Amino acid sequence: MEVSSDREYIYTSSELDRQEGQLIEEVKAGARESIPDPDAWLDEEVKRSIMLSSLDAVLNWARRSSLWTAICFPACCAFEFIAAEGPRFDMSRFGMEILRASPRQADLMITAGTLTWKMAPVVRRIYNQMPEPKWVIAMGACAISGGIFRSSYNVVPGYNKIIPVDVYVPGCPPRPEALIYGVQTLQKKIAKEHPLPDPMQMLQRGKKE
Amino acid sequence: MTVALSGKDIAAQLEEKFPGSIEESTETSLVVKSDSLLEVAAYLKDTKSLAFDYFNYVTAVDYYSYFEVVYQLTSTKHNHSIIFKTRCYDRENPTVPSVIDLWQGADFQEREIYDLMGISFEGHPNLKRLFLWEGFQGHPLRKDYIQ
Repeated sequence: MEVSSDREYIYTSSELDRQEGQLIEEVKAGARESIPDPDAWLDEEVKRSIMLSSLDAVLNWARRSSLWTAICFPACCAFEFIAAEGPRFDMSRFGMEILRASPRQADLMITAGTLTWKMAPVVRRIYNQMPEPKWVIAMGACAISGGIFRSSYNVVPGYNKIIPVDVYVPGCPPRPEALIYGVQTLQKKIAKEHPLPDPMQMLQRGKKE
Repeated sequence: MTVALSGKDIAAQLEEKFPGSIEESTETSLVVKSDSLLEVAAYLKDTKSLAFDYFNYVTAVDYYSYFEVVYQLTSTKHNHSIIFKTRCYDRENPTVPSVIDLWQGADFQEREIYDLMGISFEGHPNLKRLFLWEGFQGHPLRKDYIQ
């Protein structure tokens, strides 16, 4: 967009509105199909049927034992999450209590609430700003499928239209116990990942070269 | 407690001041013709015995054959309130004068009505969509809206 130097604003508010609308329409157009859940770890386990190397185990242990959550609380599930963080349910017992206001310091996104199309580009942006490795827990009915708002004109029918989701925690809203179980499930999943390259494949690659 | 003034009494008072401005009136509310909405609203605000200085809300209803815009006002001085309405029969391009010059609180609410119901408010300085995005097709709170 061309900006002349004698303008008071870089963008006029109507230009910003149009841009925002365009962005939302783009996200909406690209979100017809659900993004498949990341399940490469399942496949790999079957394929290789070997134990993890010890370094894998150490890395996975480090990654899963301190999951830092990016703040993405668009709606009421946030309160169950806050309760889970609080003294009564005390998520910090499992090493998952830290919340980060900056997505750059986070590796887990707990999507606690209904997502509207207007908010969708923002959530995707937050997700994109999180450094790898990163995981997503879809918390509550709205996050899984849009919940009771599914057929609405402005609600995203499930976060997996926008970002890949690792663990789904059902409930409306899920109780803190359910959320804690969800995070534990994610930890089990992380424990099965292979952050290091496959040694057998590396060997074969070495032979070829 | 706030006393809800009778729509009939106020309507009689208004009819005397602005002949032909009232469409109908009941005990709870009165319907003002949209041509004379602004002067009636100004009268309700500025008359000493009424002094409706607080703007509770504005909302809109779709009755298929017409849209009804509903206003509630309260006087913090006299502790009484009134509900008045106006109708627009033009479904293609419904227009109602904006009361933003009288009550600033109408700003976002009129934008919301414009966004969801598609009623434009004449004289509003920044009438654009509030909740939905620029480029959204249609006005979803209309009864005939189909996704």
